[in-house]
Amino acid sequence: MSTATAPVPPRSSVGAPFLSVEDLKVHFPTDDGLVKSVDGLTFSLQPGEILGIVGESGSGKSVTAQAILGLHKGSQAQVSGSIWLNGRDLVAASEDDMRQVRGSEIAMIFQDPLSALHPFYTIGQQIAEAYRVHNKVSAKDARARTVEMLQKVGIPNAAGRYDDYPHQFSGGMRQRAMIAMALICKPRLLIADEPTTALDVTVQAQILELIKELRDELDSAVILITHDLGVVAETCDQVVVMYGGQAVEKGPVDELFALPEMPYTWGLLGSMPRMDRVRETRLTPIPGSPPSLINVPKGCVFNPRCRFSDRVPGRKCFEVHPDLLPSSSPRHEVRCHIPHEERVEILDTEIRPTL
Amino acid sequence: MTSTAPAPAASDSTSTAPLLEVTDVTKYFPGKTSGLLGRRGNPVKAVDGVSFTVHEGETLGLVGESGCGKSTTGRAVSKLIEPTSGTIKFGGRDISGLSQHQMRPLRREMQMIFQDPYSSLNPRHTIGTIVGTPYHIQGVRPEGGVKRAVQGVMERVGLNPEHYNRYPHEFSGGQRQRIGIARALALRPKLIVCDEPVSALDVSVQAQVVNLLEDLQNEFGLAYVFIAHDLSVVRHISDRVAVMYLGKIMEITDRDSLYEYPMHPYTHALLSAVPIPDPKIEARREKILLTGDLPSPSNPPSGCVFHSRCPKFKNELSDSEREHCRTVEPVLEEKRPGQSVYCHFPQARPDLIAGDPVTESPIRSTRPKAA
Repeated sequence: MSTATAPVPPRSSVGAPFLSVEDLKVHFPTDDGLVKSVDGLTFSLQPGEILGIVGESGSGKSVTAQAILGLHKGSQAQVSGSIWLNGRDLVAASEDDMRQVRGSEIAMIFQDPLSALHPFYTIGQQIAEAYRVHNKVSAKDARARTVEMLQKVGIPNAAGRYDDYPHQFSGGMRQRAMIAMALICKPRLLIADEPTTALDVTVQAQILELIKELRDELDSAVILITHDLGVVAETCDQVVVMYGGQAVEKGPVDELFALPEMPYTWGLLGSMPRMDRVRETRLTPIPGSPPSLINVPKGCVFNPRCRFSDRVPGRKCFEVHPDLLPSSSPRHEVRCHIPHEERVEILDTEIRPTL
Repeated sequence: MTSTAPAPAASDSTSTAPLLEVTDVTKYFPGKTSGLLGRRGNPVKAVDGVSFTVHEGETLGLVGESGCGKSTTGRAVSKLIEPTSGTIKFGGRDISGLSQHQMRPLRREMQMIFQDPYSSLNPRHTIGTIVGTPYHIQGVRPEGGVKRAVQGVMERVGLNPEHYNRYPHEFSGGQRQRIGIARALALRPKLIVCDEPVSALDVSVQAQVVNLLEDLQNEFGLAYVFIAHDLSVVRHISDRVAVMYLGKIMEITDRDSLYEYPMHPYTHALLSAVPIPDPKIEARREKILLTGDLPSPSNPPSGCVFHSRCPKFKNELSDSEREHCRTVEPVLEEKRPGQSVYCHFPQARPDLIAGDPVTESPIRSTRPKAA
């Protein structure tokens, strides 16, 4: 069902994109059937850009990140498509090659720093280890570099905290330590999987600011996985909205927020209470719940929850799987059968007044 | 909805007594033992002198960062844990001295909904048992039998009554939260303390549960103490909001005043940190970043507990004013009608949410540089 016509990664001034994911599929065979966690995902990213991947739980955001890191190698998962990083295909790379890539070229920040950090080793040891695996340096140099990195991510008294264990750090500081560990080898690509979900808003603001600063400094590309469109608006340059393992809308952040076109994106925007608008008496939730990834709905994945499927003649929404097609601009792509003009009209007349 | 704005001033003067009246409640947890003699360290002052009232049918939002004591407050006022001091009046009756046994009949009127729908439901019990337990414990015999009553409640919260015999693992997170709500609602309480009821849910499901809570409030005249860290949700659901920091209330007022004229520097920081899903607004908003971590509640800073992280203290105050913050603890007092603030130098900041261009006058930037 994937499309050979999937648009080639957008043109850019730099030439070939730094990271290019093409028609990525990650399927898990289970006793109940094949779980299509990611089903034909295409996007690309330039150095210095932050890409946000938004979606609800089970939409395939985290599985995408794991596939880029090659964490499915050696498991039952069936990974197909290609992930080009700097001219190399990571899907085809061996486990040994991936070990070299992880940490030095791609690094990841996980959601829950307490379970991602080892409780028996000190923060310093764990960060220094990441450095020594990829660089032939003495323990002393590694320590100095670790302390420098801890300082950079804003941990006060970094030299003194080197020998602390993870439980002695607060939540925000642990996340900072994770970021220090991820960035110590100056990776070209940083994947942050819900890096601020477990944190308070004030700490979230600090961490997002830190990720932006480090991006500016290292010119790394960043993939930020989140369920919060506010975080995307604040931080990202590009955004991919995922639903049921597929990208349903993607494009530059400014365009997508100025003119969201996919009914699911409308649903996400409508279900968040917003502080900057007059308070609504009621929120408009998306009815129903996310789809099963084993029995993905026929036609458009979103059709069981979509309020607008009657706007399309016949039963097209329930029978034909829509392609991700360019909309208002070539870089803004939408997966929906409703014609572009009609979507804009629905947005203006029915959606905007309720947002 | 804005017609309810002057409510707090008015509701205080109305003849009806508040449903819940909390006065100067503290909860200290004993400090760690250390040394050979087993001396106890300073107690952890999780809640330190909190007072508020909740009227019938009203929602009080309780916000703050993790560790600020909002959950402990919720548990202390519902007597799930014994407060160290202070008085709690429920329906005009002082319940602070009551034993767990004496509390039991009151539980009918005061219930709780918990954050994590996975750990708050017994995995070995069916939904029917979970929602039916309150009837058995309280010895309530509803008309038509417990099963019918349970199914009625299940239907009311949007669960299929036919799922009476299913187990919690057969439900999604949002549905489980509905089960928790059904259990709290079973005996038609007057007050429900909701401890982060929607934090674990996806946005689209979160909206369903928030709407449900509001519908139930309108239908049964429930009062909520709504504990959450998400300021957008709190604004949506609350009539009044209390902002907590280090076991104390920093600011308490009606919803519209808090979001339109926040006065405490901590409220400013919280509001400015909430991301708004609009890149244009985000680009022009001022972010007030707090530096450092939450101080230990067993050894809070002298004077104003917030001064160690206060951006205003750091960037705007003169030396003598700072000395005042360091040595004299402010009291929570009314600075605008109906708006009580714990701060020596409060200032209303209407520009924080939408980054109103009107105030792009020379307000000193409070953005600190990461060390």
